[in-house]
Amino acid sequence: MTMSYGPLLFLGILLTLASSWVGLVLMPHRQLGSLGQHTDPDTAAIFPAARAGEAQQGAEIYRSLGCVYCHTQQVRPEDYGSDLERGWGRRRTVSRDYIHDRTVMLGTMRTGPDLTNIGERQSDAAWHYRHLYNPQTTSPGSIMPPHAFLFETRAIGPAGRSTNALVLEGAFAPPAGREVVPTRRAVQLVAYLRSLKSSGDLPEAPVKKEEAAR
Amino acid sequence: MIHPSQTSKNPTLRALLPGDAGAGSGGDGFRKADLAEIDASCRVPVLFFFLSGLAWLIAGSLLALVASIKLHSPGFLAAWEWLVFSNVRTAHLNTVIYGFASQVSVGVSVWLMCRLCRIPLPAPGLVTVANLFYNLGVTVGVGGILLGDSTAIEWLEMPRYATPILFSSYALIAVWTIVTFRLRAERHLYVSQWYLLAAVLWFPWLYGTAQVMLLLEPVRGVVQAAVNWWFAHNVLGLWFTPIGLASIYYFIPKVIGRPIHSYYLSVLGFWSLALFYNWNGMHHLVGGPLPAWMITISIVASVMMLIPVITVAINHHFTMLGHFGKMRHSPTLRFIVFGAVSYTLASLQGIASALRSVSEVTHFTHHTIAHAHLGMYAFFSMVMFGAMYYILPRITQREWPCNGLISLHFWGVALGIVLYVVPMSLMGFIQGTKLNDPTIRFLDVVQFTLPWLQLRTLAGLLMVAGHVAFVANVGWLLVRMFEPYRKPVVRILTGEAETLAAGK
Repeated sequence: MTMSYGPLLFLGILLTLASSWVGLVLMPHRQLGSLGQHTDPDTAAIFPAARAGEAQQGAEIYRSLGCVYCHTQQVRPEDYGSDLERGWGRRRTVSRDYIHDRTVMLGTMRTGPDLTNIGERQSDAAWHYRHLYNPQTTSPGSIMPPHAFLFETRAIGPAGRSTNALVLEGAFAPPAGREVVPTRRAVQLVAYLRSLKSSGDLPEAPVKKEEAAR
Repeated sequence: MIHPSQTSKNPTLRALLPGDAGAGSGGDGFRKADLAEIDASCRVPVLFFFLSGLAWLIAGSLLALVASIKLHSPGFLAAWEWLVFSNVRTAHLNTVIYGFASQVSVGVSVWLMCRLCRIPLPAPGLVTVANLFYNLGVTVGVGGILLGDSTAIEWLEMPRYATPILFSSYALIAVWTIVTFRLRAERHLYVSQWYLLAAVLWFPWLYGTAQVMLLLEPVRGVVQAAVNWWFAHNVLGLWFTPIGLASIYYFIPKVIGRPIHSYYLSVLGFWSLALFYNWNGMHHLVGGPLPAWMITISIVASVMMLIPVITVAINHHFTMLGHFGKMRHSPTLRFIVFGAVSYTLASLQGIASALRSVSEVTHFTHHTIAHAHLGMYAFFSMVMFGAMYYILPRITQREWPCNGLISLHFWGVALGIVLYVVPMSLMGFIQGTKLNDPTIRFLDVVQFTLPWLQLRTLAGLLMVAGHVAFVANVGWLLVRMFEPYRKPVVRILTGEAETLAAGK
């Protein structure tokens, strides 16, 4: 009986997994592993551009805080979902968009909105700080956890309120004589969020002309 | 019990019954150990795996509850960074996958392998060392996740200083299994052994490759996503599923005292699973930034999964046919059949979700979370519970102390998981429909999910109650090990003891 023949069983077990390893791991690596930046022939603009230091550090904060479990960074194509209509991107995302990411965080869950284009959708750093400190300040009804641990609440110094102190009102305001300022990690994270933009034109994924003209 | 007519279409009766069903010594020159001797040799190593697995189950269930509450009440325990939602959620996943499910499945596999090979457990030191490495790896890994060192790669979140520890324990178990297989006294291989061998060989390869390509020398760009989902989907497909199916194939015939319906179907089911399951992973990236050929190939492979799923469902169903009444008496059979039915449902749901038109709606929603729990809990964990109900009394030589706790366990987790999976699947579908309608504000979709998320916390409480009942019963059983041995009475839920005599 063949199924009692050990070596054949072993061989089958090894060959089946080897097949998908070649097909789903090695082949994509060969096809996509060395994608480079694209230089626009007309404007000489290079896309995607590498991230500046602070934003790059912010990507590590984003990873460490597990933002990926509630936020995707992938825009699906036209006529597939409402990603473009919701303004989550100007075009679908493609493989080349991710070549600089140390950890590619496409995400699989949209408990919160997609963040591919959050840098364009919300460029105001102060908004991001307030939102991270307590999402209810900017988005009432959100279920995002408050990230107050990324901020320091401290006594206002003799020189008066710090320039980077958060403007918080009502129930969210700190006690009198105290202020809320972002820590270094908050600064890096917001730099990263503001660097997330899907504006670059790529030959495989052009931003539509009328869209760009808008 | 076995009528010739039941087996006439099959090669031999031996092929259809677990290898430990025959007489004490075969005519082929190998000394086959007594079942009691095998069980006694498994006592310590298998108990280690079960008990540490159950400790992680309790930890993982509490983490799950905290995560579930946080999702509808974001202010809950919000001051501590190490308890931020994503940390707790990720710690939950890694605790129940690598701490509970993997360890219990190793315990079950080790026992099954010894029984089916008909030898007392060889190299017990190897198994015990593997157990220590498992617990060390999970402790370091989950600790790292809570401290913010998560890699943010799904199913591979443990930091790279933890994964090699865990890898070595999987590798040790693979070595042990091959050694046991080589030493086997029963030359005939039962279907459960194919699945067990495959699982222990597949997983270290998967886990090792994923660690090298994602943690040690990360590949570039979206190739990471391809490796990630090739790995993550196969944790389910090539590790948990084969061990779950091996257990179902063993325990159904064992408890009802009847051979497997068809040998040919079991061969077809095994090889079609081996061929197709490992190509499924890219269906997690439908609509994503990867070439269409990759995603399409995985959708096709997902649909092909209909072959092993339906084959196995038919084979199990026709084996059970006419014996469903025995579920009233046998806790093992109750849990195993619940798991077997859930396997079919989870697979069909998974195949449907892989289709482009369905994925467009369900992909980024709680539908996927419901599906994961239908597979990992309603199928796999239930089968493992059933297996433990059978194995624990045999390796400890003590009967289950309390029927009430068994019922509480079954009904708590059964109602809990149904109350989890059914509403969440439906809710995810509605959530996805709303998300695809750009006229509905995003925050309104969030508000829509709230009552459903609260219902999930309730379902989670039921499941935790079930787990506590089970652990209490196991604890009681262990206490009994220190009492003088009495000839055990077969513990059944209702009816007369003789009903289950065939399963002894």
